Amino acid sequence: MIWVKMIIAGVVTFLTRFLLINLIKKDSLSERTKIVLSYVPSAVFPAIIFPAIFLSSNGTIILDHNAKIIGAIAAVIVGYFSRNVVTTIILGLLIYWAYIFLIV
Amino acid sequence: MTKNKILLQGIYDVLPLLLPVIPFGIIFGVIGVELGFGPYVTFASSFIIFAGSSQIVFIQLLSAGASSLVTITSVGIVNSRHLLYGAVFAQYLDKLKWGWKILLSYLLTDQAFAVSNKYFKKNHKQKYFYYHLLGSGITLWVSWQLSTLLGIVLGSIVPDELGLSFTIPLTFIGLLVGEFRKWDHVLVMMVSGCIAMFAFNMPFKAYIIVAALSGLFVAYLINRKNGKK
Repeated sequence: MIWVKMIIAGVVTFLTRFLLINLIKKDSLSERTKIVLSYVPSAVFPAIIFPAIFLSSNGTIILDHNAKIIGAIAAVIVGYFSRNVVTTIILGLLIYWAYIFLIV
Repeated sequence: MTKNKILLQGIYDVLPLLLPVIPFGIIFGVIGVELGFGPYVTFASSFIIFAGSSQIVFIQLLSAGASSLVTITSVGIVNSRHLLYGAVFAQYLDKLKWGWKILLSYLLTDQAFAVSNKYFKKNHKQKYFYYHLLGSGITLWVSWQLSTLLGIVLGSIVPDELGLSFTIPLTFIGLLVGEFRKWDHVLVMMVSGCIAMFAFNMPFKAYIIVAALSGLFVAYLINRKNGKK
């Protein structure tokens, strides 16, 4: 039954979010663990970014005529100098569109 | 700062990140209906599961005839990165009451984590700092529900030619710009990104958590070395 499966999937998803928030006590973490945890964004987000840019949906790497690579490099450069989230997203998208609509 | 101001700050901070959320929600609504799940099941998954990429995994696996065990395990593994977000936020939310922990856990998505983590780092000594996560989380929740509904009702109103799927990696790049000048963070990013590509075809879509843990292991090694100086 689809509803049962969905509710289990929902509970499992909720638990991935809730378990450690609830189990870990602030004082139980060592300083070193806190330092390693401060790298969580840098460790998780590239695992979403890289495949979305370089790979097709079946996992083969696409290097030729890949507008996403151009857009991503542009975003990294803009981000490095501006250090601003919004500027990076907007300029990254504009450069990506410029490449798709004007060059390819 | 008052509760309301912090709540509004959370809403404000997450607004630019809605750029990929809305087209993605519309696409999800369209796929759900196209795969034959009907409007109710498709829409319900957006508030019962409320995690975009794993919702896609859920409906794709079921429509391909995968067993319940495989489907639910895959959803769990795709979402296991939230465990890491939870470990980070436990440092701040430890003292909150159960009701708050349950509500804020339900609202804990990638984007909410990213913006509220930045806010918490600087402002966790404020009394109502956690209203920031409430603001960012609810904003994402409402946007996700409405965009799923739009996709279900109106079909694919976002032209493919715009290539809006690119906005997903793009916003995650944006979320990391604060760390681009730190060599240790850049190293962790490169390791995680490369491992994600090599591990992409692992069963159960495990590549995200495998790459993330590899990145954290590198972070651990870097700091162990620094500690000895």
